[in-house]
Amino acid sequence: MPSANITIWRGDDDGQYEKYEVEYQDGMVVLDVIHQLQATQAGDLAVRWNCKAGKCGSCSAEINGQPKLQCMTRMTEFEEGEEIKVAPLKAFPLIKDLVTDVTYNYDKAKTIPFVDLVQPEENDVRRMAQIDIERVQEFHKCIECYMCQDVCHVIRDHPENQDNFAGPRFFVQLASVAMHPLDQNAKADTVSHGFGLEYCNITKCCTEVCPEGIKITDNAIIPMKERRADELYDPLRALGRFINNLKK
Amino acid sequence: MASNTVNTDALEARYGLTHRKDRWWAEPLITGSGLFLFVIYSTISAMLLGGGSAEAPILAYESGPYLSPFFEPLIHPGWLPIWLSPALFILWAPLGFRTTCYYYRKTYYRSYFLSPPGCAIREPASSYSGESTFPLIIQNLHRWFMYVALIFVPILFYGAIRSFWLDGEFGIGIGSIILTLNAGFLTMYLVGCHSLRHWVAGGLNQFSKSRYRRIRYWLWELFTIANEKHRRWAWISLIWVGLSDLYVRLVANGAITDFNTWPNF
Repeated sequence: MPSANITIWRGDDDGQYEKYEVEYQDGMVVLDVIHQLQATQAGDLAVRWNCKAGKCGSCSAEINGQPKLQCMTRMTEFEEGEEIKVAPLKAFPLIKDLVTDVTYNYDKAKTIPFVDLVQPEENDVRRMAQIDIERVQEFHKCIECYMCQDVCHVIRDHPENQDNFAGPRFFVQLASVAMHPLDQNAKADTVSHGFGLEYCNITKCCTEVCPEGIKITDNAIIPMKERRADELYDPLRALGRFINNLKK
Repeated sequence: MASNTVNTDALEARYGLTHRKDRWWAEPLITGSGLFLFVIYSTISAMLLGGGSAEAPILAYESGPYLSPFFEPLIHPGWLPIWLSPALFILWAPLGFRTTCYYYRKTYYRSYFLSPPGCAIREPASSYSGESTFPLIIQNLHRWFMYVALIFVPILFYGAIRSFWLDGEFGIGIGSIILTLNAGFLTMYLVGCHSLRHWVAGGLNQFSKSRYRRIRYWLWELFTIANEKHRRWAWISLIWVGLSDLYVRLVANGAITDFNTWPNF
């Protein structure tokens, strides 16, 4: 059996990287190797995982410096004998080994409004056309792995902005509310509030790391920025509003 | 125990600048160099006006039916000093449109501002306010420049059509084809613009119940297809407009001969 040279962060803030040589079989993913390591050499290694199918978002880590799901990273991606460095998500406080405290994200989730659906029709149903809901359905694919939050430099490199910045995962959630065909939230609570959209400088790292392939920047963040531009920066709309006010 | 706050410096000391092993620096280096070269070329080109006298100028940017797109439409009022380039009346528009374009923003934020230089690479700046404060808040003027671009693209097509006519005689030359392609590529770049895509229907929550819903939804879908290749069209149109200018200049200076159907050109 081939063996992998795995280097893993061990411990808490005062920890260090430790190197291991772990045997693995064809078809294994990094998470399998981590489990193999737990079973044979490091029984106290902490790693968060659940579905092992790329759908729960639990096993996010930084593999060779890039945020990835451990369960979706095949060992065949690496050269035999190559050092594979596995680190916890860097943007969040470390608990132990590969496990971080992602409370920041839960706190931000509480600030985003829910969809406020319009009243049902006479027969107690609400109807939506497929062309209207399609855009929002893309956002519902999010598995909350928080890799987009981790890689976003506004959060990662500038924690001083965290109070004012929701982050890409929650811009997706915000877009799914603001673009919902039956939502009746006031714009002041969604688009105008912004949740720190103006801090995003469109460098698209969130989109690059999204394991679900959600076009976070192009389909959520930029359209939300454009909705804000409608209100604040569009000269023709401003002229239209001015004329409407004159008519009144 | 988990720490309550993220101490970035301590984290960097722990993890280092990056553990990425791929050539993450290649893209910002190549794109940044490409943009730099274009800015240098276009600045020099805009200032090179030719020779001759005020009464009989020899224009380096115009030859027969061809006019460099840097100067289209040619605005040359009598009061303009001969040393001042008519390109100044034109270039602010594409410059503003491209500078505030979401794709180019990504490119130069990564390449020049190192904000960040690459994904999961540490940003060197110690503070960051994004586009929330001056000067970067003016990126929001992209909508204004989008409206201006909507005016300029038909003008470029007019220039392209004019390039098929020399002294009232229809013909076709390599330059005609180059200038037509230039207008076409710029159109593809414009229709992929995030702002235009939003403007046609992106702000709607219910396509199905909006006025002119079929045409607006169709346009939104069409522009979305172009939007997905926005980077490609941004570069193709940028390189081509530079090559178009270069071609017209080379023909005007006699450095190359334009193959065409006109007997006297």
